Amino acid sequence: MNTMHTDGTVSIHVNGEHRRVFAGLTLAQLAEELGLAAEKVAVERNLEVVPRSTLGQVPVEDGDEIEIVHFVGGG
Amino acid sequence: MNIATPVTSAATEDTWTVAGKTFRSRLIVGTGKYKDFAQNAAALEASGAEIVTVAVRRVNVSDPKAPMLTDFIDPKKVTYLPNTAGCFTAEDAIRTLRLAREAGGWDLVKLEVLGEARTLYPDMVETLRATEILAKEGFKPMVYCVDDPIAAKRLEDVGAVAIMPLGAPIGSGLGIQNQVTIRLIVEGAKVPVLVDAGVGTASDSAVAMELGCDGVLMNTAIAEAKDPVMMARAMKLAVESGRLAYLAGRMGKRRYADPSSPLAGLI
Repeated sequence: MNTMHTDGTVSIHVNGEHRRVFAGLTLAQLAEELGLAAEKVAVERNLEVVPRSTLGQVPVEDGDEIEIVHFVGGG
Repeated sequence: MNIATPVTSAATEDTWTVAGKTFRSRLIVGTGKYKDFAQNAAALEASGAEIVTVAVRRVNVSDPKAPMLTDFIDPKKVTYLPNTAGCFTAEDAIRTLRLAREAGGWDLVKLEVLGEARTLYPDMVETLRATEILAKEGFKPMVYCVDDPIAAKRLEDVGAVAIMPLGAPIGSGLGIQNQVTIRLIVEGAKVPVLVDAGVGTASDSAVAMELGCDGVLMNTAIAEAKDPVMMARAMKLAVESGRLAYLAGRMGKRRYADPSSPLAGLI
């Protein structure tokens, strides 16, 4: 099913928030666009962890559920 | 004539090892509830801890430049122990730790699967299930659990690298409620045992160590003290004192008095 929008963007969710990004954007580019240092975060795409070494190769697809996490204070 | 031989530090080096990593400090501290990161880092310094627990949470996409824990506590100098706080099922905990492993690049983790929000008591059925799956995936889970010697054995059987029974509910500061079960767990375990949760003040830490625990893990007792940095130092000293007392072997208990001064030669 091709649900790409006519303006060349796809619709995804990042940490629960809806976003529209250009089709073909890789996860590494997405992190950069969000101002995040890829070496300090971990990325999950549709419930699968994406190894950091492959973030530059994995493009986002329409409907993706992306989670980007890091370490915060906790007990 | 050599009267007193100074005890070398090598002779007294008392370390503990979990999943192949050796540590000198027997105190593990949390990184939650502090006023700010600077206070947290100062308390860590005063505690002498070599391991800190951390949580795994979504980055703030709307404010990516906000200060981060890693800017204040260097993961290259201090071992980050990612936890699964807030997870109520094995699946949630496993998902969290898979991400933690990717974020940090190491396998040593703290597993906690909670049963209910009110008591934050562990759900041992889910905890056992998660421990087994994580161990099979190559994780080294240090496991928060109930103070039940049989459950502790089961956890060890399925791959827990450390048993971490609660002394009292998380964040309660009530101290060790059942010294007998903690002692039974220590006696039965082949992996390190650390009291995790319930410590309120220094003497609670000393009690845990006197019972033979390998270490103590705490967050709130330090973070919610009026002076967290001073309390961190108190905890460091209490853990060391308790450990020394355990190693020294305490005197037996008597039901009545026994004089310390000789009775002979009394005028």
